[in-house]
Amino acid sequence: MKTENNKGWFFVAPVLVLVAFNALIPMMTVVNYSVQETFGDNVFFWQGLDWFQQILRSDRFHSALGRQFLFTFLILIIEIPLGIAIALSMPRKGFWVPVCLVLMALPMLIPWNVVGAMWNIFTLPDIGLLGYFLNHVLGINYDMTQDPLAAWVTIITMDVWHWTSLVVLLSYAGLVSIPDAYYQAAKIDGASNWSVFRYIQLPKMKTVLTIAILLRFMDSFNIYTEPFVLTGGGPGNSTTLLSIDLVKIALGQFDLGPAAAMSLIYFAITLLVSWLFYTLMTKDDLN
Amino acid sequence: MAKITLSNLRHSYYPNPSSPSDYALKEIDLDWSDGGAYALLGPSGCGKSTLLNIISGLLVPSEGRILFDGQDVTELAPDKRNIAQVFQFPVIYDTMSVYDNLAFPLRNRGRDEDTVRSRVMAIAEMLEVTDMLDQKAAGLSPDNKQKISMGRGLVREDVNVVMFDEPLTVIDPHLKWKLRSKLKELHQRVKATMIYVTHDQTEALTFADQVVVMQLGEVVQIGTPVELFERPAHTFVGHFIGSPGMNVLPCEVSAGQAMLGGQPVALEGPIQGEAKGQTEIGIRPEFVSLAETGLPATVTKVSDLGRHMVVEADLNGTTVSAVINGTPPEKGAQVHLQFRPDQTRLYVDGWIATNPQEG
Repeated sequence: MKTENNKGWFFVAPVLVLVAFNALIPMMTVVNYSVQETFGDNVFFWQGLDWFQQILRSDRFHSALGRQFLFTFLILIIEIPLGIAIALSMPRKGFWVPVCLVLMALPMLIPWNVVGAMWNIFTLPDIGLLGYFLNHVLGINYDMTQDPLAAWVTIITMDVWHWTSLVVLLSYAGLVSIPDAYYQAAKIDGASNWSVFRYIQLPKMKTVLTIAILLRFMDSFNIYTEPFVLTGGGPGNSTTLLSIDLVKIALGQFDLGPAAAMSLIYFAITLLVSWLFYTLMTKDDLN
Repeated sequence: MAKITLSNLRHSYYPNPSSPSDYALKEIDLDWSDGGAYALLGPSGCGKSTLLNIISGLLVPSEGRILFDGQDVTELAPDKRNIAQVFQFPVIYDTMSVYDNLAFPLRNRGRDEDTVRSRVMAIAEMLEVTDMLDQKAAGLSPDNKQKISMGRGLVREDVNVVMFDEPLTVIDPHLKWKLRSKLKELHQRVKATMIYVTHDQTEALTFADQVVVMQLGEVVQIGTPVELFERPAHTFVGHFIGSPGMNVLPCEVSAGQAMLGGQPVALEGPIQGEAKGQTEIGIRPEFVSLAETGLPATVTKVSDLGRHMVVEADLNGTTVSAVINGTPPEKGAQVHLQFRPDQTRLYVDGWIATNPQEG
């Protein structure tokens, strides 16, 4: 008879305890709130799925969700190709490699709220470097506290500035792992630059790109700090993304029940999209 | 198919080479005739891959020229030279099917699909991969991947030369032999010039009609496998080819006579020129025998290689190996060594210095 060694559980146990305290238990309290109404003093009234219904039918949620998808879509469509392009044009060996890598990593090292504050000051129409330049040198009327389009352009640019590096570094890691023989063989086979990219570089980058897209999707879909510091969701509600809206409902209006229901829906959407994407991308590898 | 001429080729990886040691390749002059099967044999770092990359055009030599059929191709890009190269690790295009992999070089050159199809089918049949054509290339075993990368080289009907850069390194031992004979068979069928780079003497000797032995960026000897075995032009070749390698024994020369530990040793013939410098006697273990008389030595080690025994004996402080059939002596026994005179040669500063006796 085969004896099973169960000692492995002892090693996993600390992590399980940690995860229980920082994820599972808080999440269960959210579930608890999402099906009840409370007026404080630990008095709860059973509410069933009412909050979920209310959230799913609310226009406010729909438009925040729409803005959220638009934001994520825009940053992905810019950051992924841009990141690949930068990675392709980076040197593969020599003195400039570490220089490029450090320069690339810099934006990611800056705390998120600092990024928001930096861009806020940077774009102020009268004293910000960019804001002043656009308004007073180029004569473009740019004020993101007034103009929704300017606000969108600013949060997208900020995210591209902050996070394209992640895509660059991951793509670069994929690129440098390609042995020289592939490029030499392609040369001998008479492959064009496009063919080299399409049939050698892109396939070899596929795994890291999947991870890059997944990380960028999750991070951007859950983004809070930077746009909150930068625009606070405004002007009006034009940059009120899901997380900003959620915090408004939970902490601004203190509607804990609807906020809890919204959190769970929000979480489910993130999970579903990530799972779908990952499954589709890795489907071929399993066969 | 073409005759390949390398003339005064030198290559250095440094921008301003000054001393000979800066050169990865020192002065190479070689002719590879059309349709020949060649092997480039040498230890790691001897410059054989550099030479290969120069022929394929992946490297431009610092000095000298490469001619294909008399035409200078030194500055030509790899895809313009019409050559094929198979690398150490199989290079395949993962996302394509086997068929598309084989068709890739032809499609890049704008051939029509009918030509592509007939060439791919012909090559697939030759390599026995016809039943895999629809599969994704990524899922193949290493030996099949290597076959596909070979096929990509052979699929163009007009390749000047097919080069193999240690192509069997990652192949399982029992498949190595199969693939090697496949290569030999392919050479006979397609009649293209083939150059096979390896550090494995068995691979080189079984594949090639002519073996080019290289050491430290220089060609040491070019010859048929038999020539290399029987008359190594340099002690390095003697060492490198054969198992165990040739015995190289430091000796003195006085009055045209080689002396080993005070005893005269008969050579294959007269010594050319003056024997100045480092003088050594070279004899293959196969031609050393144990006898009643001869050079006295002490047996230090006996190894049973199955087909025969290798006896190592200490002769005045140097080890001499002998290949023996039958019962070997015990370790520690006193023996007398006899060298077959017509296989005993003198080397001066590493290079052969005796001429075989006429008649």
